[in-house]
Amino acid sequence: MLKLIGSRLATAVPSLIGVVIVTFLLTRVLPGDTAAYFAGPAATPQAIAEIRTKLGLDKPLPAQFLDYVTALAKGDLGSSLSTGQPVATEIRNRLPASAELTLAGLILALLIAIPYGIAAAVKQGTWVDHSCRILTTAGVSLPVFFTGLLLVYVFYFKLGWAPAPLGRLDAFASPPPEVTGFYLIDSLIAGDFETFRASAAQLVIPAVTLAIFALAPIARMTRASMLAVLSSEFVRTARAAGLTPYKVIIVYAFRNAMLPVITTLGMVFSFLLGANVLVEKVFAWPGIGSYAVEALITSDFAPVQGFVLAMAVLYIVLNLLIDIAYGVIDPRARSEA
Amino acid sequence: MGDVFMNRREFLQSASATAVATGTGVAAPAVFSPARAQGRAETLLIVSESGPNNLDIQGVGTNVPGYEANWNCYDRLITHPMKEVNGTPYYDRDKFEGQLAEDMKVGDMSVTFKLKSKAVFQDGTPVTAKDVKWSLDRAVTVGGFPTFQMKAGSLEKPEQFVVVDDRTIRVDFIRKDRLTIPDLAVIVPCVYNSELVKKNATEKDPWGLEYTKQNTVGSGPYKVTKWTPGTEVIFERNDAWVGGPMPKMKRIVWRMVPSAGNRRALLERGDADISYDLPNKDFVELKESGKLTIISTPYSNGVQYMGMNVTKPPFDNIKVRQAMAYAMPYQKIMDAVLFGLSKPMFGAPAGHQTEVAWPQPTKYVTDLAKAKALLAEAGYPNGFETDISFDLGFAGVNEPICVLVQENLAQLGIKTTINKIPGANWRTELNKKVLPMYTNVFSGWLDYPEYFFFWCYHGNNSVFNTMSYKSQAMDTFIDGARLAAATGDKAAYDTDIRGMVDLAFADVPRIPLFQPYVNVAMQKNVTGYEYWFHRRLNYASLAKG
Repeated sequence: MLKLIGSRLATAVPSLIGVVIVTFLLTRVLPGDTAAYFAGPAATPQAIAEIRTKLGLDKPLPAQFLDYVTALAKGDLGSSLSTGQPVATEIRNRLPASAELTLAGLILALLIAIPYGIAAAVKQGTWVDHSCRILTTAGVSLPVFFTGLLLVYVFYFKLGWAPAPLGRLDAFASPPPEVTGFYLIDSLIAGDFETFRASAAQLVIPAVTLAIFALAPIARMTRASMLAVLSSEFVRTARAAGLTPYKVIIVYAFRNAMLPVITTLGMVFSFLLGANVLVEKVFAWPGIGSYAVEALITSDFAPVQGFVLAMAVLYIVLNLLIDIAYGVIDPRARSEA
Repeated sequence: MGDVFMNRREFLQSASATAVATGTGVAAPAVFSPARAQGRAETLLIVSESGPNNLDIQGVGTNVPGYEANWNCYDRLITHPMKEVNGTPYYDRDKFEGQLAEDMKVGDMSVTFKLKSKAVFQDGTPVTAKDVKWSLDRAVTVGGFPTFQMKAGSLEKPEQFVVVDDRTIRVDFIRKDRLTIPDLAVIVPCVYNSELVKKNATEKDPWGLEYTKQNTVGSGPYKVTKWTPGTEVIFERNDAWVGGPMPKMKRIVWRMVPSAGNRRALLERGDADISYDLPNKDFVELKESGKLTIISTPYSNGVQYMGMNVTKPPFDNIKVRQAMAYAMPYQKIMDAVLFGLSKPMFGAPAGHQTEVAWPQPTKYVTDLAKAKALLAEAGYPNGFETDISFDLGFAGVNEPICVLVQENLAQLGIKTTINKIPGANWRTELNKKVLPMYTNVFSGWLDYPEYFFFWCYHGNNSVFNTMSYKSQAMDTFIDGARLAAATGDKAAYDTDIRGMVDLAFADVPRIPLFQPYVNVAMQKNVTGYEYWFHRRLNYASLAKG
């Protein structure tokens, strides 16, 4: 197992180097002049030139790259111009917000999608199967910002059940003392149930929005992989041996059907972090997705580079975890490594 | 689902019905404890699309929301009193009152300020003439926008700011300029706690820009107690403020809500108190619904225009430019794009005498026959091909304008391609001065016609003379008006201003379209909104309940 982890990590190094180089170059060829943008509407060419010098943007590209890599080696991701903060701090502060939302959405999606997918496979061709198909098709076809706005309109504006879409907490509450950065967990640690309730209430609609989106691939994959397994011989044997349907479906069939589901899960998780961008915009959620988009619009290099780097690291970690999970679920995967 | 996909009109009717049913002004579900309800009454919740990137206007690349934070946390030597325009308090351009200064004596070549004895910074240290000098020195030295703005009022060198004694500061003029004193009342020349900033300055950053980016160290009515960039800014009242009457609101919470639809929903549900960047259509609908107070004020000294590059054909030909001025779909833009929320800058009656004012309407109206005739005279009877460019950052207004213009020009045989330029790239492209035709807004903090013309029409070709327009006669008028203003020669001033306006309209290097409005929507119980030249909110005057 350790050997597997080691070899996985070793292959990650070239990818990381590639990511650093590519993001650096890509942000430099983006249209738009950072200095002109931040010099403000009333800037003279001298003012723009002064800002360019201050930002080090007048140096040749290799020199800029060297500056960037040297700083990176010290853990300094640079400073964002649009928020005025060091990128590393921003990402550290914003990642928990995105992660809390994404995990909540993913767990919600799993709770619905897996039983649904199993049911659809077991009762293939019945109304359960058809409704699963309709739901998953609707889930992937509705853009998240639309679902989000629709839910806000119905549950906040019309019915008044949901709190105002003002981010992680309403404007008059203060966040719990930071331990994990997850408000739900931190407020419980602090024993502050009012904040727990408030942040849970804020989380519901955005998490549902994400869950609707994430539901589709998980439910479809569960269904397809269950169908394949259910038609295999060992299931037929188990059935013939007179095992209970629960034992056949959950213990034998589902465990074997899990591998592709786990793979999908990893994909969906990383995908959700991206889809977050729109959800974060709709719900004023202070996550990293909206941060990166804002930075891109203003040609603010440092956060874009930092964001891509953070995401690359996250992907690598995620893939590693999935590989390990494979090994746990299926002994064959272990020996193949 | 059928109920959800209603058309817009039904949406609005049912929306107002719900809001009436639930009542406005109270956020019942959000408040659990009495302490929070108490906080709600003393707190004003502002929602807007974007927030500050820097709390100091003298910082590198501070954005416009940053100006608002700075304005409300710092004092200047002087500020403007209010007057009333169309029922809204409006800053009085021609009058000044002390903010940090209790007395201002204007001499021939200098102005002397005496500081209020009780003025203290937010950490309790008294405001001294040394702090004022240090702050003004900083403004003219740091470079970039602040230095540029100071120059606009002939404030250029640290030697101009002289400490007379602990509470007296003198500003020497390097030349006579009517804009010097108004320029001391804009946002830039604010006064910092110099000792505190110096303590936090570094060798690389002698003016402590990094420190003031995060910390407000002024003597103003509010101080920032918490700033989460891109999410919220929290201001607390400074109870020791001497710059004006004690502000009513104890706390200001400024939340960034990127979705315009949600900002509107928050206002309609009564959860947010005030917002000022909604699409025009929303403002018109909110105004009609009557549930909120909507205040629309024209941008002072601001015009949205269609500009043309006069250095290249076909727009180097005055007849082509005039044809364009007759081809603009003025009224359609007013109705379909702005929903009437702007002041028309066209169609002045034929016999109308040019005023000594800016902005003012041209005599152009949409007249395609006349445009066609002018094009034929210019040698383009069958039209030509060109681009129309706009800033995607303001696509909500710019894009429909360009589409309407494109339609009209097509009727003259002019084929146009619409060129959408991302916000980050807009100024770079504009500054290159190569775009053949584009729409843009210019508005000046200092509300004087010659100030506008100096930047936009003068042959010194400043960045705002986006058309590269050069005219000897125009320069004579502008320089004449500036001189006349400085020496107080009213007759010469009036002649020059009329001359420059007439010439700008005859030569039409840029076609004025309309004067945009600043639209602010607030709950009925919110009072005290004031219009300022910077067009942002002045927290000190706002009250609730």
